[in-house]
Amino acid sequence: MAILAPTSLSKHPLSSSSTLSQLTTPTIFGSKLKLRETEQTRFSLSTSFKYIFFLLDFSKAYCFLVRSNPGFRLMASKEPVGMTTKLGSDKIETEVGVENGCDLFDEMKHRFLSFKKQKFMENLEHYQNLSNGQAPKFMVIACADSRVCPSNILGFQPGEAFIVRNVANMVPPCESGPSETNAALEFAVNSLQVENILVIGHSRCGGIRALMSMEAEADSSFIQNWVVVGKNARLNTKSAAHNLSFEHQCRHCEKESVNCSLLNLLTYPWIEEKVKKGTLSLHGGYYDFIDCTLEKWTLDYEGSNLKESDKFAVRNQSFWC
Amino acid sequence: MAEQYTEELISGLKKHLSDKEEQDDSCQKLPLELLGGEPNACYDPVERIKNGFIRFKTCKFDKYPEYFQELAEGQHPKFLVFACSDSRVSPSHVLDFQPGEAFMVRNIANLVPHFDQLRYSGVGATIEYAVSNLKVENILVIGHSRCGGIERLMSFPENGSAPYDFIDEWMKIALPAKLKVKAEHNCLSLEEQIPLCEREAVNLSLVNLLTYPYVQKAVANKTLALRGGYYDFVKGKFELWQLSPEVTPVIII
Repeated sequence: MAILAPTSLSKHPLSSSSTLSQLTTPTIFGSKLKLRETEQTRFSLSTSFKYIFFLLDFSKAYCFLVRSNPGFRLMASKEPVGMTTKLGSDKIETEVGVENGCDLFDEMKHRFLSFKKQKFMENLEHYQNLSNGQAPKFMVIACADSRVCPSNILGFQPGEAFIVRNVANMVPPCESGPSETNAALEFAVNSLQVENILVIGHSRCGGIRALMSMEAEADSSFIQNWVVVGKNARLNTKSAAHNLSFEHQCRHCEKESVNCSLLNLLTYPWIEEKVKKGTLSLHGGYYDFIDCTLEKWTLDYEGSNLKESDKFAVRNQSFWC
Repeated sequence: MAEQYTEELISGLKKHLSDKEEQDDSCQKLPLELLGGEPNACYDPVERIKNGFIRFKTCKFDKYPEYFQELAEGQHPKFLVFACSDSRVSPSHVLDFQPGEAFMVRNIANLVPHFDQLRYSGVGATIEYAVSNLKVENILVIGHSRCGGIERLMSFPENGSAPYDFIDEWMKIALPAKLKVKAEHNCLSLEEQIPLCEREAVNLSLVNLLTYPYVQKAVANKTLALRGGYYDFVKGKFELWQLSPEVTPVIII
Protein backbone atom coordinates (compact mmCIF):
# COMPACT_ATOMS: atom_id res chain seq x y z
CA MET A 1 0.00 0.00 0.00
CA ALA A 2 1.45 3.39 -0.89
CA ILE A 3 2.51 5.35 2.13
CA LEU A 4 1.72 9.00 2.13
CA ALA A 5 4.82 11.15 2.28
CA PRO A 6 5.24 12.09 5.92
CA THR A 7 3.89 15.56 6.18
CA SER A 8 4.13 17.39 9.43
CA LEU A 9 1.06 19.42 10.23
CA SER A 10 2.78 22.73 9.76
CA LYS A 11 3.63 22.02 6.15
CA HIS A 12 0.27 20.66 5.08
CA PRO A 13 -0.10 21.83 1.49
CA LEU A 14 -3.86 22.19 1.61
CA SER A 15 -3.95 24.22 4.78
CA SER A 16 -4.86 27.82 4.18
CA SER A 17 -3.00 28.68 7.36
CA SER A 18 0.24 27.45 5.85
CA THR A 19 0.13 30.27 3.34
CA LEU A 20 0.32 32.90 6.08
CA SER A 21 3.64 34.12 7.27
CA GLN A 22 4.56 32.86 10.70
CA LEU A 23 2.49 34.67 13.26
CA THR A 24 4.27 36.11 16.21
CA THR A 25 2.86 35.85 19.69
CA PRO A 26 -0.73 36.83 19.22
CA THR A 27 -1.03 40.04 21.13
CA ILE A 28 -3.89 41.17 18.91
CA PHE A 29 -6.15 38.68 20.60
CA GLY A 30 -5.51 39.84 24.10
CA SER A 31 -3.14 38.26 26.56
CA LYS A 32 -0.43 36.10 25.15
CA LEU A 33 -1.27 32.45 24.88
CA LYS A 34 0.83 30.28 27.10
CA LEU A 35 -1.04 27.11 26.82
CA ARG A 36 1.13 24.83 28.79
CA GLU A 37 1.33 27.12 31.79
CA THR A 38 -2.26 28.20 31.56
CA GLU A 39 -3.68 24.73 31.79
CA GLN A 40 -2.00 24.00 35.09
CA THR A 41 -3.68 26.74 36.98
CA ARG A 42 -7.01 26.35 35.29
CA PHE A 43 -7.55 22.79 36.33
CA SER A 44 -5.97 22.68 39.76
CA LEU A 45 -9.12 21.87 41.66
CA SER A 46 -9.17 20.52 45.15
CA THR A 47 -9.98 16.87 45.52
CA SER A 48 -10.72 14.52 48.31
CA PHE A 49 -9.24 11.16 47.54
CA LYS A 50 -7.10 9.27 45.13
CA TYR A 51 -8.48 6.83 42.68
CA ILE A 52 -5.72 4.77 41.23
CA PHE A 53 -5.90 2.19 38.57
CA PHE A 54 -3.10 -0.06 37.49
CA LEU A 55 -1.99 -1.64 34.35
CA LEU A 56 0.31 -4.50 35.17
CA ASP A 57 2.47 -6.25 32.74
CA PHE A 58 5.15 -8.62 33.76
CA SER A 59 8.05 -6.27 33.54
CA LYS A 60 6.69 -2.94 34.65
CA ALA A 61 3.88 -1.48 36.64
CA TYR A 62 2.32 1.69 35.42
CA CYS A 63 0.33 3.72 37.80
CA PHE A 64 -2.03 6.27 36.36
CA LEU A 65 -2.75 8.72 39.08
CA VAL A 66 -6.20 10.07 38.67
CA ARG A 67 -7.73 11.79 41.62
CA SER A 68 -11.39 11.49 41.86
CA ASN A 69 -14.66 11.72 43.76
CA PRO A 70 -16.50 13.71 42.97
CA GLY A 71 -13.94 15.27 40.71
CA PHE A 72 -10.54 14.63 39.38
CA ARG A 73 -7.39 16.48 38.63
CA LEU A 74 -5.37 15.94 35.58
CA MET A 75 -1.73 16.63 35.72
CA ALA A 76 -1.13 18.85 32.83
CA SER A 77 2.21 18.60 31.24
CA LYS A 78 4.74 20.23 33.56
CA GLU A 79 7.59 20.20 31.16
CA PRO A 80 7.93 20.57 27.46
CA VAL A 81 6.41 17.48 25.96
CA GLY A 82 9.65 16.74 24.19
CA MET A 83 10.84 15.16 27.46
CA THR A 84 9.67 11.73 28.43
CA THR A 85 9.24 10.28 31.86
CA LYS A 86 11.66 7.59 32.86
CA LEU A 87 10.22 4.13 32.70
CA GLY A 88 11.36 1.09 34.64
CA SER A 89 14.64 1.09 32.78
CA ASP A 90 16.84 4.13 32.73
CA LYS A 91 16.73 5.03 29.10
CA ILE A 92 15.14 8.23 28.01
CA GLU A 93 13.27 7.44 24.86
CA THR A 94 11.94 9.76 22.31
CA GLU A 95 8.67 8.46 20.97
CA VAL A 96 6.77 9.37 17.88
CA GLY A 97 3.78 10.80 19.68
CA VAL A 98 5.95 12.97 21.84
CA GLU A 99 8.50 14.09 19.29
CA ASN A 100 6.00 16.41 17.62
CA GLY A 101 4.54 17.58 20.96
CA CYS A 102 6.01 21.09 21.00
CA ASP A 103 5.46 21.49 17.27
CA LEU A 104 1.94 20.25 17.65
CA PHE A 105 0.92 22.80 20.26
CA ASP A 106 2.44 25.55 18.14
CA GLU A 107 0.76 24.28 15.02
CA MET A 108 -2.66 24.06 16.68
CA LYS A 109 -2.21 27.60 17.94
CA HIS A 110 -1.18 28.82 14.51
CA ARG A 111 -4.14 27.18 12.83
CA PHE A 112 -6.66 28.45 15.32
CA LEU A 113 -5.35 31.97 15.06
CA SER A 114 -5.49 31.78 11.28
CA PHE A 115 -9.11 30.65 11.49
CA LYS A 116 -9.83 33.44 13.89
CA LYS A 117 -8.18 36.07 11.70
CA GLN A 118 -9.36 34.88 8.30
CA LYS A 119 -12.85 33.73 9.11
CA PHE A 120 -14.04 34.60 12.60
CA MET A 121 -13.00 38.24 12.68
CA GLU A 122 -13.85 38.76 9.00
CA ASN A 123 -17.43 37.69 9.65
CA LEU A 124 -17.80 38.78 13.24
CA GLU A 125 -21.45 39.64 13.09
CA HIS A 126 -22.30 36.27 11.61
CA TYR A 127 -20.29 34.43 14.27
CA GLN A 128 -21.83 36.52 17.02
CA ASN A 129 -25.29 35.60 15.78
CA LEU A 130 -24.27 31.97 15.66
CA SER A 131 -23.00 32.07 19.22
CA ASN A 132 -26.51 32.97 20.33
CA GLY A 133 -28.00 29.90 18.73
CA GLN A 134 -27.64 27.49 15.87
CA ALA A 135 -30.33 26.78 13.29
CA PRO A 136 -28.76 24.33 10.86
CA LYS A 137 -30.90 23.12 7.99
CA PHE A 138 -29.01 19.85 7.74
CA MET A 139 -28.16 16.93 9.88
CA VAL A 140 -25.39 14.92 8.28
CA ILE A 141 -24.36 11.41 9.23
CA ALA A 142 -20.95 10.70 7.79
CA CYS A 143 -18.12 8.28 8.36
CA ALA A 144 -15.30 9.13 10.76
CA ASP A 145 -12.83 8.44 7.91
CA SER A 146 -10.29 11.29 7.72
CA ARG A 147 -10.91 11.73 4.01
CA VAL A 148 -14.63 12.43 4.07
CA CYS A 149 -15.33 15.31 6.42
CA PRO A 150 -18.54 17.00 5.24
CA SER A 151 -17.06 20.40 6.10
CA ASN A 152 -14.43 19.75 3.45
CA ILE A 153 -16.16 17.76 0.76
CA LEU A 154 -19.52 19.47 0.90
CA GLY A 155 -18.25 22.83 2.11
CA PHE A 156 -20.59 23.07 5.08
CA GLN A 157 -19.80 26.28 6.92
CA PRO A 158 -20.22 26.98 10.65
CA GLY A 159 -23.91 26.94 11.44
CA GLU A 160 -25.04 24.93 8.45
CA ALA A 161 -24.93 21.30 9.42
CA PHE A 162 -25.28 19.33 12.62
CA ILE A 163 -22.86 16.49 12.01
CA VAL A 164 -22.59 12.99 13.43
CA ARG A 165 -19.59 10.90 12.47
CA ASN A 166 -19.17 7.24 13.29
CA VAL A 167 -17.64 4.16 11.74
CA ALA A 168 -19.30 3.51 8.37
CA ASN A 169 -21.90 6.28 8.80
CA MET A 170 -24.49 3.94 10.28
CA VAL A 171 -27.84 4.66 11.80
CA PRO A 172 -29.05 1.93 14.15
CA PRO A 173 -32.81 1.27 14.23
CA CYS A 174 -34.96 2.55 17.07
CA GLU A 175 -35.37 -0.88 18.66
CA SER A 176 -31.63 -1.25 19.22
CA GLY A 177 -31.92 1.16 22.14
CA PRO A 178 -30.07 4.34 23.08
CA SER A 179 -26.83 5.13 21.34
CA GLU A 180 -24.79 8.19 20.48
CA THR A 181 -26.28 8.32 16.99
CA ASN A 182 -29.90 8.34 18.02
CA ALA A 183 -29.21 10.83 20.81
CA ALA A 184 -27.92 13.15 18.11
CA LEU A 185 -30.96 12.37 15.95
CA GLU A 186 -33.28 13.26 18.79
CA PHE A 187 -31.53 16.57 19.34
CA ALA A 188 -31.33 17.51 15.67
CA VAL A 189 -34.87 16.56 14.75
CA ASN A 190 -36.83 17.45 17.88
CA SER A 191 -34.81 20.32 19.29
CA LEU A 192 -33.08 21.95 16.33
CA GLN A 193 -35.82 20.93 13.92
CA VAL A 194 -33.54 20.36 10.96
CA GLU A 195 -35.25 20.08 7.60
CA ASN A 196 -32.91 17.56 6.01
CA ILE A 197 -31.01 14.49 7.08
CA LEU A 198 -28.22 13.37 4.78
CA VAL A 199 -26.55 10.00 5.28
CA ILE A 200 -23.39 9.94 3.21
CA GLY A 201 -21.30 6.86 2.51
CA HIS A 202 -17.99 6.68 0.72
CA SER A 203 -15.60 4.53 -1.22
CA ARG A 204 -13.09 2.17 0.39
CA CYS A 205 -14.85 2.27 3.72
CA GLY A 206 -12.96 0.22 6.31
CA GLY A 207 -16.10 -0.35 8.36
CA ILE A 208 -18.04 -1.78 5.42
CA ARG A 209 -15.07 -3.92 4.55
CA ALA A 210 -15.13 -5.27 8.11
CA LEU A 211 -18.87 -5.94 7.75
CA MET A 212 -18.38 -7.83 4.51
CA SER A 213 -15.46 -9.80 5.95
CA MET A 214 -17.23 -10.94 9.09
CA GLU A 215 -17.26 -14.68 9.50
CA ALA A 216 -19.65 -14.89 12.38
CA GLU A 217 -21.89 -12.36 14.06
CA ALA A 218 -20.54 -12.82 17.56
CA ASP A 219 -17.13 -11.29 17.92
CA SER A 220 -15.20 -9.62 20.66
CA SER A 221 -14.17 -6.59 18.66
CA PHE A 222 -15.97 -3.28 18.93
CA ILE A 223 -15.81 -2.78 15.20
CA GLN A 224 -17.74 -5.91 14.43
CA ASN A 225 -20.22 -5.34 17.26
CA TRP A 226 -20.97 -1.96 15.69
CA VAL A 227 -20.99 -2.69 11.96
CA VAL A 228 -23.41 -5.54 12.47
CA VAL A 229 -26.01 -2.72 12.43
CA GLY A 230 -25.55 -2.95 8.65
CA LYS A 231 -26.22 -6.65 8.41
CA ASN A 232 -29.20 -6.15 6.10
CA ALA A 233 -26.98 -4.28 3.70
CA ARG A 234 -24.59 -7.21 3.71
CA LEU A 235 -27.43 -9.68 3.08
CA ASN A 236 -28.78 -7.58 0.19
CA THR A 237 -25.31 -7.29 -1.27
CA LYS A 238 -24.57 -10.99 -1.01
CA SER A 239 -27.80 -11.80 -2.79
CA ALA A 240 -27.59 -9.09 -5.48
CA ALA A 241 -23.87 -9.05 -6.15
CA HIS A 242 -22.55 -12.46 -5.15
CA ASN A 243 -20.93 -12.96 -8.55
CA LEU A 244 -18.86 -9.80 -8.27
CA SER A 245 -15.38 -9.50 -6.81
CA PHE A 246 -15.01 -8.73 -3.11
CA GLU A 247 -14.00 -5.17 -3.91
CA HIS A 248 -17.10 -4.61 -6.01
CA GLN A 249 -19.25 -6.22 -3.37
CA CYS A 250 -17.86 -3.80 -0.80
CA ARG A 251 -18.68 -0.90 -3.07
CA HIS A 252 -22.21 -2.19 -3.51
CA CYS A 253 -22.54 -2.62 0.24
CA GLU A 254 -21.31 0.93 0.87
CA LYS A 255 -24.35 2.22 -1.01
CA GLU A 256 -26.75 -0.42 0.35
CA SER A 257 -25.73 0.53 3.85
CA VAL A 258 -26.76 4.13 3.21
CA ASN A 259 -30.19 2.91 2.10
CA CYS A 260 -30.46 0.68 5.17
CA SER A 261 -29.65 3.65 7.35
CA LEU A 262 -32.36 5.68 5.63
CA LEU A 263 -34.85 2.92 6.36
CA ASN A 264 -33.64 2.75 9.94
CA LEU A 265 -34.29 6.49 10.26
CA LEU A 266 -37.95 5.78 9.55
CA THR A 267 -38.13 3.38 12.51
CA TYR A 268 -38.08 6.45 14.76
CA PRO A 269 -41.73 7.55 15.03
CA TRP A 270 -40.89 11.23 15.43
CA ILE A 271 -38.82 11.08 12.25
CA GLU A 272 -41.43 9.20 10.24
CA GLU A 273 -44.08 11.64 11.32
CA LYS A 274 -42.12 14.63 10.03
CA VAL A 275 -41.21 12.88 6.79
CA LYS A 276 -44.89 12.10 6.23
CA LYS A 277 -45.81 15.73 6.87
CA GLY A 278 -43.14 16.91 4.50
CA THR A 279 -41.20 18.95 7.08
CA LEU A 280 -38.22 16.62 6.99
CA SER A 281 -36.46 15.13 3.95
CA LEU A 282 -34.15 12.14 4.02
CA HIS A 283 -31.27 12.06 1.56
CA GLY A 284 -28.67 9.46 0.76
CA GLY A 285 -25.25 10.26 -0.66
CA TYR A 286 -22.15 8.45 -1.84
CA TYR A 287 -18.76 10.13 -2.15
CA ASP A 288 -16.21 8.35 -4.29
CA PHE A 289 -12.81 9.83 -3.48
CA ILE A 290 -11.06 7.83 -6.16
CA ASP A 291 -12.72 9.74 -8.98
CA CYS A 292 -14.10 12.60 -6.91
CA THR A 293 -17.73 12.05 -7.72
CA LEU A 294 -20.83 12.46 -5.64
CA GLU A 295 -24.12 10.63 -6.01
CA LYS A 296 -27.14 11.89 -4.20
CA TRP A 297 -30.72 10.73 -3.91
CA THR A 298 -33.78 11.61 -1.85
CA LEU A 299 -36.13 9.12 -0.26
CA ASP A 300 -39.58 9.42 -1.80
CA TYR A 301 -41.86 8.58 1.10
CA GLU A 302 -45.08 9.19 -0.81
CA GLY A 303 -44.00 6.96 -3.66
CA SER A 304 -42.86 4.11 -1.42
CA ASN A 305 -44.90 1.30 0.02
CA LEU A 306 -42.87 0.58 3.08
CA LYS A 307 -45.48 -1.58 4.76
CA GLU A 308 -45.24 -4.11 1.95
CA SER A 309 -41.56 -4.06 1.23
CA ASP A 310 -38.25 -2.83 2.55
CA LYS A 311 -37.44 -1.14 -0.75
CA PHE A 312 -38.21 2.51 -1.11
CA ALA A 313 -38.63 4.83 -4.05
CA VAL A 314 -36.17 7.63 -4.68
CA ARG A 315 -36.42 10.96 -6.41
CA ASN A 316 -33.97 13.69 -7.41
CA GLN A 317 -31.25 11.19 -8.08
CA SER A 318 -28.14 13.10 -9.15
CA PHE A 319 -24.56 12.38 -10.01
CA TRP A 320 -21.88 15.06 -9.98
CA CYS A 321 -18.40 14.68 -11.31
CA MET B 1 8.62 8.04 -4.91
CA ALA B 2 7.67 9.81 -1.71
CA GLU B 3 10.34 12.47 -2.19
CA GLN B 4 9.36 13.03 -5.80
CA TYR B 5 5.72 13.37 -4.77
CA THR B 6 6.60 15.85 -2.03
CA GLU B 7 8.70 17.93 -4.40
CA GLU B 8 5.94 18.08 -6.97
CA LEU B 9 3.46 19.07 -4.35
CA ILE B 10 5.65 21.81 -2.93
CA SER B 11 6.46 23.22 -6.36
CA GLY B 12 2.79 23.09 -7.22
CA LEU B 13 1.96 24.94 -4.04
CA LYS B 14 4.61 27.59 -4.70
CA LYS B 15 3.18 28.19 -8.13
CA HIS B 16 -0.25 28.39 -6.56
CA LEU B 17 0.95 31.04 -4.17
CA SER B 18 2.77 33.09 -6.79
CA ASP B 19 -0.25 33.10 -9.05
CA LYS B 20 -2.37 34.38 -6.21
CA GLU B 21 -3.52 37.52 -7.95
CA GLU B 22 -4.69 35.68 -10.99
CA GLN B 23 -6.53 33.07 -9.00
CA ASP B 24 -10.21 32.64 -9.17
CA ASP B 25 -11.38 34.61 -6.15
CA SER B 26 -14.15 32.16 -5.46
CA CYS B 27 -11.60 29.73 -4.01
CA GLN B 28 -10.24 32.36 -1.66
CA LYS B 29 -13.30 34.09 -0.38
CA LEU B 30 -16.41 32.19 0.40
CA PRO B 31 -19.63 33.46 -1.06
CA LEU B 32 -21.80 34.83 1.66
CA GLU B 33 -24.59 32.37 1.06
CA LEU B 34 -22.19 29.55 1.77
CA LEU B 35 -21.49 31.22 5.08
CA GLY B 36 -25.18 31.40 5.73
CA GLY B 37 -24.84 35.12 6.21
CA GLU B 38 -27.63 36.00 3.85
CA PRO B 39 -30.76 34.01 4.41
CA ASN B 40 -31.89 32.66 1.10
CA ALA B 41 -35.66 32.68 0.84
CA CYS B 42 -35.66 29.72 -1.52
CA TYR B 43 -33.14 27.47 0.20
CA ASP B 44 -32.64 24.40 -1.95
CA PRO B 45 -30.81 21.73 0.03
CA VAL B 46 -29.86 19.78 -3.09
CA GLU B 47 -28.37 22.86 -4.74
CA ARG B 48 -26.50 23.58 -1.53
CA ILE B 49 -24.90 20.10 -1.49
CA LYS B 50 -24.09 20.30 -5.18
CA ASN B 51 -22.47 23.74 -4.94
CA GLY B 52 -20.46 22.74 -1.91
CA PHE B 53 -19.18 19.60 -3.59
CA ILE B 54 -18.32 21.30 -6.89
CA ARG B 55 -16.43 23.96 -4.99
CA PHE B 56 -14.42 21.34 -3.09
CA LYS B 57 -13.65 19.49 -6.30
CA THR B 58 -12.59 22.64 -8.13
CA CYS B 59 -10.65 24.35 -5.37
CA LYS B 60 -9.04 21.37 -3.69
CA PHE B 61 -9.36 17.96 -5.33
CA ASP B 62 -8.52 19.00 -8.88
CA LYS B 63 -5.72 21.28 -7.70
CA TYR B 64 -3.86 18.57 -5.83
CA PRO B 65 -4.47 15.33 -7.76
CA GLU B 66 -1.35 13.50 -6.52
CA TYR B 67 -2.21 14.21 -2.92
CA PHE B 68 -5.74 12.91 -3.27
CA GLN B 69 -4.60 9.93 -5.28
CA GLU B 70 -2.26 8.93 -2.46
CA LEU B 71 -5.03 9.49 0.03
CA ALA B 72 -7.40 7.26 -1.92
CA GLU B 73 -4.93 4.40 -1.51
CA GLY B 74 -5.02 4.69 2.24
CA GLN B 75 -5.44 7.09 5.13
CA HIS B 76 -2.76 7.71 7.74
CA PRO B 77 -4.21 10.35 10.00
CA LYS B 78 -2.13 11.46 12.95
CA PHE B 79 -5.20 12.43 14.93
CA LEU B 80 -8.31 10.92 16.35
CA VAL B 81 -10.56 13.84 17.18
CA PHE B 82 -13.70 13.86 19.27
CA ALA B 83 -15.81 16.94 18.69
CA CYS B 84 -19.39 17.89 19.30
CA SER B 85 -21.98 17.51 16.55
CA ASP B 86 -22.82 21.20 17.01
CA SER B 87 -22.88 22.91 13.61
CA ARG B 88 -20.62 25.71 14.83
CA VAL B 89 -17.59 23.75 15.95
CA SER B 90 -16.29 21.63 13.10
CA PRO B 91 -12.57 21.04 13.72
CA SER B 92 -12.05 21.22 9.96
CA HIS B 93 -12.79 24.91 10.26
CA VAL B 94 -11.55 25.78 13.72
CA LEU B 95 -8.28 23.87 13.45
CA ASP B 96 -8.14 23.67 9.65
CA PHE B 97 -7.93 19.87 9.47
CA GLN B 98 -7.49 18.84 5.87
CA PRO B 99 -8.59 15.58 4.23
CA GLY B 100 -6.42 12.80 5.58
CA GLU B 101 -5.35 14.48 8.80
CA ALA B 102 -7.92 13.53 11.36
CA PHE B 103 -10.14 10.53 11.96
CA MET B 104 -13.05 12.36 13.43
CA VAL B 105 -15.88 11.34 15.70
CA ARG B 106 -18.72 13.74 16.28
CA ASN B 107 -21.40 13.15 18.85
CA ILE B 108 -23.46 15.10 21.34
CA ALA B 109 -21.13 16.88 23.77
CA ASN B 110 -18.02 15.16 22.39
CA LEU B 111 -18.23 12.41 24.99
CA VAL B 112 -16.12 9.31 25.30
CA PRO B 113 -17.82 6.70 27.46
CA HIS B 114 -15.79 4.28 29.51
CA PHE B 115 -14.97 0.90 28.00
CA ASP B 116 -18.17 -1.12 27.64
CA GLN B 117 -18.54 -3.54 24.78
CA LEU B 118 -22.23 -4.00 25.21
CA ARG B 119 -23.47 -0.47 25.50
CA TYR B 120 -21.10 1.75 23.58
CA SER B 121 -19.90 -0.23 20.61
CA GLY B 122 -20.23 2.80 18.31
CA VAL B 123 -17.63 4.90 20.04
CA GLY B 124 -15.59 1.84 20.91
CA ALA B 125 -15.40 0.95 17.23
CA THR B 126 -13.94 4.34 16.35
CA ILE B 127 -11.33 4.15 19.09
CA GLU B 128 -10.42 0.59 18.22
CA TYR B 129 -10.10 1.40 14.53
CA ALA B 130 -8.13 4.60 15.07
CA VAL B 131 -5.72 3.29 17.69
CA SER B 132 -5.28 -0.36 16.68
CA ASN B 133 -5.67 -0.15 12.90
CA LEU B 134 -4.72 3.37 11.91
CA LYS B 135 -2.25 3.81 14.77
CA VAL B 136 -2.99 7.48 15.31
CA GLU B 137 -0.47 9.34 17.45
CA ASN B 138 -2.81 11.79 19.10
CA ILE B 139 -6.31 11.78 20.48
CA LEU B 140 -7.85 15.22 20.87
CA VAL B 141 -11.17 15.74 22.64
CA ILE B 142 -12.59 19.22 21.98
CA GLY B 143 -15.36 20.73 24.06
CA HIS B 144 -17.01 24.05 23.33
CA SER B 145 -19.06 26.92 24.70
CA ARG B 146 -22.84 26.87 24.85
CA CYS B 147 -23.04 23.15 24.42
CA GLY B 148 -26.67 22.07 24.29
CA GLY B 149 -25.90 18.61 25.62
CA ILE B 150 -24.06 19.92 28.69
CA GLU B 151 -26.77 22.47 29.29
CA ARG B 152 -29.34 19.69 29.21
CA LEU B 153 -27.24 17.61 31.61
CA MET B 154 -26.79 20.45 34.08
CA SER B 155 -30.41 21.43 34.05
CA PHE B 156 -32.32 18.20 33.84
CA PRO B 157 -34.35 17.44 36.93
CA GLU B 158 -32.74 14.97 39.33
CA ASN B 159 -35.98 13.07 39.71
CA GLY B 160 -35.90 12.09 36.04
CA SER B 161 -39.06 13.90 35.05
CA ALA B 162 -39.41 15.36 31.52
CA PRO B 163 -37.06 12.82 30.01
CA TYR B 164 -35.53 13.37 26.64
CA ASP B 165 -35.06 9.63 26.11
CA PHE B 166 -31.97 9.11 24.01
CA ILE B 167 -30.26 12.41 24.82
CA ASP B 168 -30.62 12.04 28.57
CA GLU B 169 -29.41 8.45 28.43
CA TRP B 170 -26.34 9.51 26.46
CA MET B 171 -25.58 12.48 28.67
CA LYS B 172 -25.47 10.25 31.76
CA ILE B 173 -21.93 9.47 30.66
CA ALA B 174 -20.98 12.96 31.79
CA LEU B 175 -22.69 12.71 35.18
CA PRO B 176 -19.41 12.60 37.14
CA ALA B 177 -18.43 15.92 35.57
CA LYS B 178 -21.76 17.44 36.58
CA LEU B 179 -21.44 16.16 40.14
CA LYS B 180 -17.94 17.53 40.45
CA VAL B 181 -18.94 20.98 39.26
CA LYS B 182 -22.07 21.07 41.43
CA ALA B 183 -20.06 20.01 44.46
CA GLU B 184 -17.15 22.37 43.99
CA HIS B 185 -19.01 25.37 42.66
CA ASN B 186 -22.42 25.19 44.21
CA CYS B 187 -22.31 28.90 44.93
CA LEU B 188 -22.20 29.72 41.23
CA SER B 189 -25.26 30.17 39.05
CA LEU B 190 -26.20 27.58 36.48
CA GLU B 191 -24.90 29.86 33.70
CA GLU B 192 -21.51 29.99 35.41
CA GLN B 193 -21.43 26.27 36.13
CA ILE B 194 -22.15 25.19 32.57
CA PRO B 195 -18.81 26.34 31.05
CA LEU B 196 -16.99 24.60 33.89
CA CYS B 197 -18.86 21.40 33.16
CA GLU B 198 -18.07 21.74 29.45
CA ARG B 199 -14.37 21.58 30.33
CA GLU B 200 -14.76 18.92 33.01
CA ALA B 201 -16.58 16.70 30.53
CA VAL B 202 -13.52 16.87 28.28
CA ASN B 203 -11.33 15.81 31.18
CA LEU B 204 -13.72 12.99 31.99
CA SER B 205 -13.58 11.80 28.39
CA LEU B 206 -9.78 11.82 28.48
CA VAL B 207 -9.84 9.69 31.62
CA ASN B 208 -12.41 7.35 30.06
CA LEU B 209 -10.11 6.90 27.09
CA LEU B 210 -7.62 5.26 29.41
CA THR B 211 -10.12 2.51 30.19
CA TYR B 212 -9.63 1.15 26.66
CA PRO B 213 -6.80 -1.40 26.82
CA TYR B 214 -5.23 -0.44 23.50
CA VAL B 215 -5.28 3.24 24.46
CA GLN B 216 -3.71 2.44 27.82
CA LYS B 217 -1.00 0.41 26.16
CA ALA B 218 -0.20 3.02 23.52
CA VAL B 219 -0.10 5.83 26.11
CA ALA B 220 2.19 3.75 28.31
CA ASN B 221 4.43 3.09 25.33
CA LYS B 222 4.36 6.80 24.56
CA THR B 223 3.14 6.21 21.04
CA LEU B 224 -0.11 8.00 21.78
CA ALA B 225 -0.76 11.39 23.40
CA LEU B 226 -4.10 12.46 24.86
CA ARG B 227 -5.09 16.08 24.61
CA GLY B 228 -8.08 18.13 25.61
CA GLY B 229 -9.31 21.29 23.93
CA TYR B 230 -12.01 23.89 24.46
CA TYR B 231 -13.33 26.19 21.75
CA ASP B 232 -15.07 29.28 23.03
CA PHE B 233 -16.92 30.74 20.06
CA VAL B 234 -18.36 33.53 22.15
CA LYS B 235 -14.96 35.02 22.92
CA GLY B 236 -13.10 33.55 19.94
CA LYS B 237 -10.62 31.61 22.07
CA PHE B 238 -9.17 28.13 22.08
CA GLU B 239 -7.62 26.26 24.99
CA LEU B 240 -5.44 23.20 24.60
CA TRP B 241 -3.93 20.91 27.22
CA GLN B 242 -2.44 17.47 27.53
CA LEU B 243 -3.15 14.57 29.85
CA SER B 244 0.13 13.20 31.16
CA PRO B 245 -0.13 10.03 33.17
CA GLU B 246 2.53 9.63 35.82
CA VAL B 247 4.74 6.58 35.70
CA THR B 248 5.92 5.53 39.14
CA PRO B 249 8.59 3.02 40.05
CA VAL B 250 7.54 -0.60 40.30
CA ILE B 251 6.00 -1.56 43.62
CA ILE B 252 6.71 -5.18 44.41
CA ILE B 253 4.09 -6.48 46.78
